[in-house]
Amino acid sequence: MSFTSYEFILAVAAVLVIYYSIPKRFQWMFLLGASYVLYFSAGPSYLIFISITTLVTYLCARKISSLSKEKTAYLKENKATLDREAKKTYKEGVKKKQRLFLWGALFVDLGLLIGIKYTNFIIENINGIITSVSNMEPISYLDIIMPLGISFYTFQTVGYLVDVYNEKYEAQNNYGKFALFVGFFPQLSQGPISRYNDLSQTLYAEHRFDAKVVSFGLQRILWGYFKKLVIADRVLIGLKTLLAAPEDYPGIYFFVAMMFYAIQLYADFTGGIDITIGIAETMGIKVTENFHRPYFSKNIKEYWNRWHMTMGSWFTDYIFYPISVSGFMLKLSKKARKVLGENIGKRVPVYLATILVWFTTGIWHGASWNFIVWGLANCVVILISQELSPLYTKFHNRFDVEGKLWYKTFCVIRTILLMSALRMFDCYRDVTVTVKMFFSMFTTWNISALWDGSMLALGLNGTDYLIILFGVVLIFVVSMLQRKKQVRERILELPYPVRAAIWLALFVVVLLAGAYGQGYDESSFIYNQF
Amino acid sequence: MNELLEILTDLHPEVDFETEEHLIDSAILDSFDIITIISEIADTFDVVVPAKEIIPENFNSAEALWAMIERLEDGE
Repeated sequence: MSFTSYEFILAVAAVLVIYYSIPKRFQWMFLLGASYVLYFSAGPSYLIFISITTLVTYLCARKISSLSKEKTAYLKENKATLDREAKKTYKEGVKKKQRLFLWGALFVDLGLLIGIKYTNFIIENINGIITSVSNMEPISYLDIIMPLGISFYTFQTVGYLVDVYNEKYEAQNNYGKFALFVGFFPQLSQGPISRYNDLSQTLYAEHRFDAKVVSFGLQRILWGYFKKLVIADRVLIGLKTLLAAPEDYPGIYFFVAMMFYAIQLYADFTGGIDITIGIAETMGIKVTENFHRPYFSKNIKEYWNRWHMTMGSWFTDYIFYPISVSGFMLKLSKKARKVLGENIGKRVPVYLATILVWFTTGIWHGASWNFIVWGLANCVVILISQELSPLYTKFHNRFDVEGKLWYKTFCVIRTILLMSALRMFDCYRDVTVTVKMFFSMFTTWNISALWDGSMLALGLNGTDYLIILFGVVLIFVVSMLQRKKQVRERILELPYPVRAAIWLALFVVVLLAGAYGQGYDESSFIYNQF
Repeated sequence: MNELLEILTDLHPEVDFETEEHLIDSAILDSFDIITIISEIADTFDVVVPAKEIIPENFNSAEALWAMIERLEDGE
C-alpha cells in the first residue's frame, strides 16, 4: 500500500469515483471495505493484528462506557438517599471495574505492539549480555513481520480507550464505524495519530460531491507528491551515498548529510501527510494537521510543538500529564522538596516524566539504541533550555532583541542546525559512528569539497541540485504565504487560465522531475517503518 | 482566589492573571507550567487535579482554574 505505487493511485481514483457514485448512507461502509481490501493487499497477515486490536478495544470501551452510564443513572435515581461518602464509595467501585477493562484492553493492544516491535530488540540486548559474560548459546531471533501502521493505529486506540475511560466522550456502539476509525486507509501507513472526537466529526458523515472540496484535496495530494518524488527521493540519492560509507565522508560531508537529511525528512514526511490529508479531503473527511511550519521554530520546544504534532500531543496527554500528576509523583515531589529543597524538588516530577516521554518517543521511532539516544538527547536539550530560560529572559530584557528580524532568523537557523545534528543518530543508525562523524566536522577541514566538484560525485548532478534548490525555495515561499492565507485559496482567486497553468505545471514537474530513476524504491516513505 | 493568583504570578510575573483569558490558547502556559501549578494546588488547597482535568477550558484563565479547584473540592 505504498502511496507512490501506480496501483495505489489507481485504487484511490477508483475509491473516489465509487464513493461519490453510491448512496450517501453507504459511503462510510464502502470506505471500511476499501480500507480493509487495501490493507489486505499490503499484507494479508496484517489483518489479523488490526482485527484483534479493533475487537478488543471496541468491546472494552463499550463496557467502560456502559458502566459510566449505569453510574450516572444510579446516582441520579438515588440522589436523595445517598450521602457524600456513599456516593464516593459507589463511584470508586465503578471506577475499579472500569479500570479492569481499561488495563485489559491496554494489555492486549500494547502487548501486540511491544511483542511485535520490540521482541527482537530485547533478544538482541539479552544476547549481548549472555555472550559477554558466558559461553551460552545466544537466543534465536524471531521471524516477525511488523504490520503496516501498527504504531499509529495502536496509539489511536489507546487514546480512544483513555478518553472513553475519562468520560470525554461515549464509546462508539457501531462496530463497523469503530473499525473504520482504526483502519481508515489513508492514515494507516504513516499517521497522523487522529483523535476519535476529531476524526469522527466527518468520517461517518454523508458527503455530497463538491468540486471545490475535491479539487482542493487533489491539489494537496499533488503538492505532497511534489515534495516526496521531486525533492525527498532526489535528495535521498545523495544522502544514501554519504551514509553508505561514513568513514569516506567526514568533516564538511557530515554537515552536507545533516542538510540533506533535514530536507529529505521534511519533504518525505510532510509530503506523505499532505497525500494522506489530501485523499481524506477529496472525500470531505477532515484529518488533523500534523505540521505547522516546523522549520520556522525559534527553539527546540517550539519545534516539537510544530513537528509531528499529533504524536507530540499524544505523548503529552497520555503519558506526560498522567505520570506527572499521579499520586506517586506528587508524593515524590513532596519528599524531593524536603530533601533537595523547594527549587530542585518541585522539578522532580516534571523532569522524570519528561525523561520517560522522550525515552518512549525514541523507542517508538525504532527498536534500537540509536533512537533511544536520539530521544534522550532531545530531552537533555529541552531540559537545559528550560533551565536557561530565566537567563534568556534577562538577556532579552537587557538587549531588546526578541522582536528583531535578524535575531529571529538567528534563532530559527540555530534550531534547524541543532535538530539536524540530533537527527543524525536516526540517520547513521549507530551511536558511535554518529558521535565520531559529528566531531569530524571540527577535526577534518575539507570545506573545499563544496566547490571542487566532489558534490557531483554523490550521485546527484548539477540539474539535480538545481531542482532541489528550486523545490526548497518553493516550499519556503509557500510556507511564508501560508502564514496569512491558504495558498490554494490564493490560487483560486486567480483567473482560471492562470490557476490551471499553475497546477498543470506542478503536475508536469512531478511527472518529469520525480526521482523515478536508478535505485528508486517506491515503498520507502520514512515513517512507513514506524 | 488570591492564593491562586499568587501561585500564577510567581510563575509568570509578566502576565496579568486577573484579566488574561487565553493562557493555553496563547501558549502563555506550557506543559511544565501546568504541572508546576497542579503541584502547587495540591500543596496549597489539598486538591488533587487528575490528568483528565488538564484541558484548555480549565487552564485558560485564573477564574477557570479557580472554578475547577472549587469543583474538585466539592468532590464532583
